[in-house]
Amino acid sequence: MQVTSSVRDPLITGGKTLKDVTHDISRQVEGKPSMSWLLAFLVSVGALALGFIALAATLWEGIGMWGLNKTVGWAWDITNFVWWVGIGHAGTLISAVLLLFRQKWRMAINRAAEAMTIFAVICAAIFPIIHMGRPWLGAYWALPLPNTFGSLWVNFNSPLLWDVFAISTYFSVSLVFWYVSLVPDFATIRDRATGIRKSIYGALALGWDGAARTWSRFESVALILAGLATPLVLSVHTIVSFDFATSVIPGWHTTIFPPYFVAGAIFSGFAMVLTLMIVTRKVFHLEDYITIGHIELMNIVIIITGSIVGIAYITEFFMAWYSGVAAEQYAFVNRAFGPYFWAYWTMMTCNVISPQLFWFKKIRTSIVATFILSLVVNIGMWFERFVIIVTSLHRDFLPSSWAMFYPTWADVGVYLFTFGLFFTLFFLFAKFFPVINMFEVKSILKSSSKKVNN
Amino acid sequence: MAHSNTNYNLDQKYEFSAGLKKSIFIVLGIGAVILIAGIIAAMFGGHDQGHGDEAGHAFHWYHRLYANIWINNVYFTGIAVIGVFFFAIQYAAQAGWSTPLLRVFLAFGNWLPIAAVLMLVSFFLFNHDLFHWTHSYLFDKTGPEYDPIIDGKGSYFYWPMEKGTFPLFFIVRMVAFFGFWVFFFNKLKTLSFEQDIQGGNEYFYRMRKWSALFLIFFAVSSSIAAWDWVLSIDTHWFSTMFGWYVFASWFVAGLSAITLVTLYLKGQGYLEMVNENHIHDLGKFVFAFSIFWTYIWFSQFLLIYYAHIPEETFYFVERLQSDVYSPYIFVNLGLNFVLPFLVLMTRDAKRLGVFLKLVCSLIILGHWFDFFLMVQPGTLGQNGGFGLMEIGMLLVYASAFAFVLMSNLAKGNLIAKNHPMLEESYHHHI
Repeated sequence: MQVTSSVRDPLITGGKTLKDVTHDISRQVEGKPSMSWLLAFLVSVGALALGFIALAATLWEGIGMWGLNKTVGWAWDITNFVWWVGIGHAGTLISAVLLLFRQKWRMAINRAAEAMTIFAVICAAIFPIIHMGRPWLGAYWALPLPNTFGSLWVNFNSPLLWDVFAISTYFSVSLVFWYVSLVPDFATIRDRATGIRKSIYGALALGWDGAARTWSRFESVALILAGLATPLVLSVHTIVSFDFATSVIPGWHTTIFPPYFVAGAIFSGFAMVLTLMIVTRKVFHLEDYITIGHIELMNIVIIITGSIVGIAYITEFFMAWYSGVAAEQYAFVNRAFGPYFWAYWTMMTCNVISPQLFWFKKIRTSIVATFILSLVVNIGMWFERFVIIVTSLHRDFLPSSWAMFYPTWADVGVYLFTFGLFFTLFFLFAKFFPVINMFEVKSILKSSSKKVNN
Repeated sequence: MAHSNTNYNLDQKYEFSAGLKKSIFIVLGIGAVILIAGIIAAMFGGHDQGHGDEAGHAFHWYHRLYANIWINNVYFTGIAVIGVFFFAIQYAAQAGWSTPLLRVFLAFGNWLPIAAVLMLVSFFLFNHDLFHWTHSYLFDKTGPEYDPIIDGKGSYFYWPMEKGTFPLFFIVRMVAFFGFWVFFFNKLKTLSFEQDIQGGNEYFYRMRKWSALFLIFFAVSSSIAAWDWVLSIDTHWFSTMFGWYVFASWFVAGLSAITLVTLYLKGQGYLEMVNENHIHDLGKFVFAFSIFWTYIWFSQFLLIYYAHIPEETFYFVERLQSDVYSPYIFVNLGLNFVLPFLVLMTRDAKRLGVFLKLVCSLIILGHWFDFFLMVQPGTLGQNGGFGLMEIGMLLVYASAFAFVLMSNLAKGNLIAKNHPMLEESYHHHI
């Protein structure tokens, strides 16, 4: 028996019945695409196509198309990589970690957040792959494959290789986890469909019959995958942080990096979930499922993770001073007051100061304010990676080699390509897949719904 | 909401039985005897007496006593403040399952005023033997022992006074942290017990607000406290992870202590609404945060090992290459990671008291070793170790802590009977 305390806000409003849930969510899949969807989709495909020019130019001409130089060998590309991987954290966090903490509010947003995770990881993976220069040979460089190239073998001591393993494992588990939980909902859509649609959704539903035994197996698989996903989601950004922190570069080498990167990833991931869900709930009329209460809770996660990130910034700054290491102290002074000061203060404003506005209930329950702040956080988190990567590299130990980084059109274009890809995939998902996990929402309908006549 | 016809006694009061009091005093007595035996052994053992260590200080037996006091001061302060922290987390996160246990968490805070006095007094008495930076000769630019690195960070301890004089900034922070922790603890305690009399959801919302405020303060103060009280012992060394490392260690130890007290109370017939599902959740917390501590330990170690920068590695070299301390690094990892990871992996282990009692007791010892490894090498060099003095002092502190905890638990009602989520917790099932 489930009992819900009177101090809890309802998670589903509008007095929905089980049938309403099926109908409200399936109708997006079944109806004709709306004008606004088509428009958004076309813009995304347009960005994808435009960005593809930059991608093709980079592949054809080589990495020289980018703004990298001898001093700043990593900049825009790896910034984008870390940014996208970070965004990819929210989905698994919501579905696995919030599952462990029995947070029922996750059920309205987990499906879309997991989809977002998968698309974001795909976008992230593009950057290291292109950075190989000749990605068609990349398999030999990134994976420990037997080959006939003499001593060509991967470096197991390198965190970059650990990253290959971590991200590919994470991607596989997230994909399977996401798909498995889609199966019962595909079956629901299949049962309502006719003709060719019935065959397609029937194939996607993998012959789901809804029998007690099927559910029992489903539950076991879901629990095992959630158990696997939890350490994986934490390991991914930990190892991304190792890419930097195992070095001896001041500004990169600092022990707080692993948990601080994970917190930052959750921070940016939730911001992206908010950006997407605020639009989705509006366009698809899902206000009864993704309530202001959901938005408020996500904003609270943003305050917490944003504050953790803020504490980490301050800790790094303090320790740089406290350590008495001149290079370390210079790296941080240069960050805040050097030629890239604007990037640093953009990061500080967007990541540490602006999320504090969510302490005001008025702001964290306002859709417009949340939407704007979710964009601000994502801008801030992009700048965070840019600050860490570029400002630590551009003035290295040898003042004669100090340089600046300026992005080229190809840098910007490839980033645009990933945006196009991300939104194209997300809009396809939103149209053809059920965006809310129907069977899970139904399971809390009785305990967490606001009754109309009560 | 539904009202079930449960017959739980919501006005139950814990009675601090004479039997338990006697047991605690016996442990205290045994601890004191071992401690005195350790002191006598050290006094007459002639252990390295009069020999100068690297910094030129003669080692005396009482240095080891001071270091021991400091280990336990910091460790039990942590366990106490974690009780308040965990209590506040329940409100901030709107957790329902833990409602019958809230008073147990809260009771841990009663040690805080005592800890404050112990910390301040021992700092004033032993500062030169615990903290290298308290020596004024380090800041004397003309002196032979001038240390430019410590001079560089001196204002963190001495500001606004002259470096090497009175560490005003350090003391102010210590007083402020304890002051605010005790203030928040008292505020939450007052509200929680007022709710028993007044009732109403209004108290829940007020406590949620105060909890959030405490958590903000704790987030900052716990890290700075770790830098002040522990990191600065190895004055040259630095690690950005350190604040969260100490927090993780405190948190697991606190959770283990909470679990033990809960199991004890249940064993005595109290808290009958707390069933194996609630115990399971406590077990999950101990399991998960043991892994979290290991994650923090490993991350800090790996990054320093891998980058191999001498300014950082010496901290671990000092411990790993020491005959005195290196075995305890493995004891630390064994008790705090391998043991809970393997034993608490299964569902049954987290639901049966016998496993949890064993693991939690060993974890409390294990995290004591963690602080032992943080404090002793920097204060005693190679003159430290785990012997009679350490065992005795730990028993004395643990029994004093238990006495304060249990006697305060007996003062009020054991159940927050008007908490709006109490009903939810009866039906908690996992």
